[in-house]
Amino acid sequence: MTFPNPNPDFPILSVLVFSPLAAAALAAFIRSERLLRWWALLCTTAIALVSLSLWWWFNPATAEFQFVERRAWIPSLKISYAVGIDGISLLLVLLTTLIMPLCVLCSWRYITTRVKEFMVCLLIMESAMVGVFCALDFILFFVFWEAMLIPMALLIGVWGGPRKIYAAIKFFVYTMTGSVLLLVAILALYLKVGSFSIPDMMGRNFAPEFQCWIFLAFFISFAIKVPMFPFHTWLPAAHVEAPTAGSVVLASVLLKMGTYGFLRFSLPITPYATHVFMPYVLWLSVAAILYGGLTALAQSDLKKLVAYSSVGHMGFATLGIFALNTNGIEGATLVMINHGVTTGALFIAVGIIYERLHTRDLGASAGLGKFMPVFAGFLGVFCLSSLAFPGTNSFIGEFLVLAGGFKVSTLLVICAVPGVVAAAAYMLRMLQKVAYGGVRNPDHSGLADLNLREVVTLAPLLVFVFWIGLHPQPFIHVMHASVQHLLEQTNGSLAPAAVALR
Amino acid sequence: MAFLPELLLMGGALALFFVSLGESRARQAKAVALAVAVALVAACVLCLGQQAVLFSGAYRVDLFSQILKLVFACGYVLILLLGGELADIRDEVRAEYYLFLTLSVSGLVMLVSCVDILTLVIALELSSFPLYLMVPMRRERNGRRIQMESAIKYIMFGIAANGIMLFGMSYLFGLTGTTSLPVMVEKLRPVIASPLAIAGLAMTLCGLFFKLAVFPFHFWTPDVYQGASNETASLIASLSKVGAVAVLVRFVSLASPDNHAIVLLLTLLAIASMFYGNLIALIQKDLKRLLGFSGIAHAGYAMIGFVALDEAGYAAAIYYIVGYLFMVLACFVVICKVSRDGANVAMDELAGLYRRSPLLAVTLIVGIFALAGMPPFAGFMGKLTLLSAALAKGHLALVIIAVVNTAIAIYYYLCVIREACFRDAGTRPAIALDWPTRVLCVLLMAGILALGVAPARILDGISSSLASVNLPLTKVSQR
Repeated sequence: MTFPNPNPDFPILSVLVFSPLAAAALAAFIRSERLLRWWALLCTTAIALVSLSLWWWFNPATAEFQFVERRAWIPSLKISYAVGIDGISLLLVLLTTLIMPLCVLCSWRYITTRVKEFMVCLLIMESAMVGVFCALDFILFFVFWEAMLIPMALLIGVWGGPRKIYAAIKFFVYTMTGSVLLLVAILALYLKVGSFSIPDMMGRNFAPEFQCWIFLAFFISFAIKVPMFPFHTWLPAAHVEAPTAGSVVLASVLLKMGTYGFLRFSLPITPYATHVFMPYVLWLSVAAILYGGLTALAQSDLKKLVAYSSVGHMGFATLGIFALNTNGIEGATLVMINHGVTTGALFIAVGIIYERLHTRDLGASAGLGKFMPVFAGFLGVFCLSSLAFPGTNSFIGEFLVLAGGFKVSTLLVICAVPGVVAAAAYMLRMLQKVAYGGVRNPDHSGLADLNLREVVTLAPLLVFVFWIGLHPQPFIHVMHASVQHLLEQTNGSLAPAAVALR
Repeated sequence: MAFLPELLLMGGALALFFVSLGESRARQAKAVALAVAVALVAACVLCLGQQAVLFSGAYRVDLFSQILKLVFACGYVLILLLGGELADIRDEVRAEYYLFLTLSVSGLVMLVSCVDILTLVIALELSSFPLYLMVPMRRERNGRRIQMESAIKYIMFGIAANGIMLFGMSYLFGLTGTTSLPVMVEKLRPVIASPLAIAGLAMTLCGLFFKLAVFPFHFWTPDVYQGASNETASLIASLSKVGAVAVLVRFVSLASPDNHAIVLLLTLLAIASMFYGNLIALIQKDLKRLLGFSGIAHAGYAMIGFVALDEAGYAAAIYYIVGYLFMVLACFVVICKVSRDGANVAMDELAGLYRRSPLLAVTLIVGIFALAGMPPFAGFMGKLTLLSAALAKGHLALVIIAVVNTAIAIYYYLCVIREACFRDAGTRPAIALDWPTRVLCVLLMAGILALGVAPARILDGISSSLASVNLPLTKVSQR
């Protein structure tokens, strides 16, 4: 499916990174709210279409970074503007650009105040998110990584729910605190390597002790972002209070940055430390799967339920990554994509309920299916996808992750199984309640089923649920070479001590 | 030609003096001051490449001084725009206020060129004394003379710090027998490790620590910020700190390339300033006091550059403090415009700012997040250069303490944002902005963003100018 790139010098990644910013700048001059919505939709859709060309031109046979651009930025500090993508980041870039038009669509009626500022924040977010996945210079990465916090905090704090201020500040302080040590690690690496270039830092075989410190600094930052088990407390607050689009961006893209950080930085830059800390991270992942599953069972707020299910799903992603084998990492990457698709869709669905009922209470929304059959159909598919029903996308991802996990430790996987069962329990419980309810359902007879806009919002995600579920090969194919290369970097210089750990 | 900016300022001060002789001539005085300021920017740009030694080696015009003069000139324009019509200054002294402002700036402009400690002290005083007078020029409110209290505190601390500095300078003079800094560098080198030299140098630095508000010379900061009018506080918070850092470069480089005692001293002061400023800022309710304590913390960050004791560190410190000038002024613009007839602004008065004045809210967001060290603003690049300079010299513990402090600080900066963006305005009125303020807001934001996104040329300029601070100074003395 690859065609030679007709114009290899075209800076397509820069275009993708900066065109949302330009669109945001232009949006500041539009006065009509209606026009603003259309403008944001137009821009995000156009960017999504442009980004699709990456898929056609990407060469999956090589693990090299592609579409690379490199320019000096601050020569005295050896900081350059360098972007490029490999198979893993390609998928995440596409996920980001494809999710954004849906975010605009799902805020069409939901956001009624300060529409201009909202759309500007969304577009700035898109710039920063694409930038994070493309950056090949550590400072550039850090700039995008941090710059994202401001619009996200505003999204939660201005357009959020009743406890929005608490949630916004908690989110900001948590993630910012995590990333300050990342900066120290970056500077320490810079002083060893002599440049901020990310590819230069990979496969360097730093001293073991140095690697461990760097790994820990990375780990705190990325684990907060994922979020891994003991660092997850900001997530439910942020998700519950954020507007629908904010939740979708948060779940679909922001959480992926943590796992992306592990894949891009922790594994190839500190391979020795990765093997040293691998067992601990694996058990934390299992803890996250169990914790997320059991907590989600107890929720009566729909958004909280989905938020805790995210903790569990991301536990699968980290489990796969730190299994350190092909199945595990490919599965983890697929879990990341699937979680973006499925959880994003679930948040949109909860947003649709909220727009109609002005509550997210599970009891209050019982029996919606009778009056909103189309909606119930969509919700059913996404719920099944979330609990990894065979034939849907999550099944492939979680299956691969568990297969990878088995090669590391059978005990580990067995311990994770109750989490899978819990996922089935809470998702089916939610689906049963919302679609059918009991005999004493609240009166929903006045509710309208999905309109065209809402169908258009959910339909692309539905396509991906089945596409990845039934024919995942193209997605695995595109990242295979990159994953192999990553594993060579991580396991190639494997110290004998690490083998003993298995 | 090389002396053009100073001449211009002195001429302007003289003109302002004559203007201020008449009754209620604030409007004319402002026009004159603004004209001088704009001319000063032009003159500084013209003289950017000048090299000269004047007054028998006591005054040196080089790239280092000229870059900083340009910064002062820009800051002067910004502060004049920020002051508006000086609503909070007593009517009868408004014209004089402009005179003192101009004199203070002229002191700063001369300060960066002085290479003899005698002229340096005089320039330092010239920049400080007008400030001592500008603080009590605020209007009285509710019969409380809070501005007088601040002025007394300011002048007492200032004089005491100056006394310590002069005492330290006497040690340095006694050791080297010269007042010329370039000669002193040479003569001090063999004896710099002696306790006498270290004590002398440390005491000399005290006077500058006072201006920069480094712990333990910080006590005046929050009180003076609170008691002085918003315009005066913005001047004290911005320009005079740039001046202090510039002179610190001259004195700290006396201890280069390596001096364990001075490094230890600077490290401890940096750590103490950061923790003290950030922890106490956490509980502030008055916005100016908050900026005062955050200023102490930022002084601590700037000290990190000096701990490195090399050019990269000095360049980082200067870059940081220039960025700080823009960031803190952005916050002060908001304070000036939000305050009702010049009163102090409590945090909750910011409520709903994003509805009452979107431009001010954006300015505040940019300013506050820049202070917090978020990319892509100047504060982040500044911290990055500072930390990498310090880490290159192996000060890992200091760097980690600095980033921990960044994490602490983010909370109170967010509290400001919370008030401005997340709270409802209630019955608070919308804020109308005049054109100069709008221009000012845009200029400040552009400055913060430009320093953060494209720092390459500025950093290179500062670094190359620093090369001339140490080495050619000796050339000067040989002439």
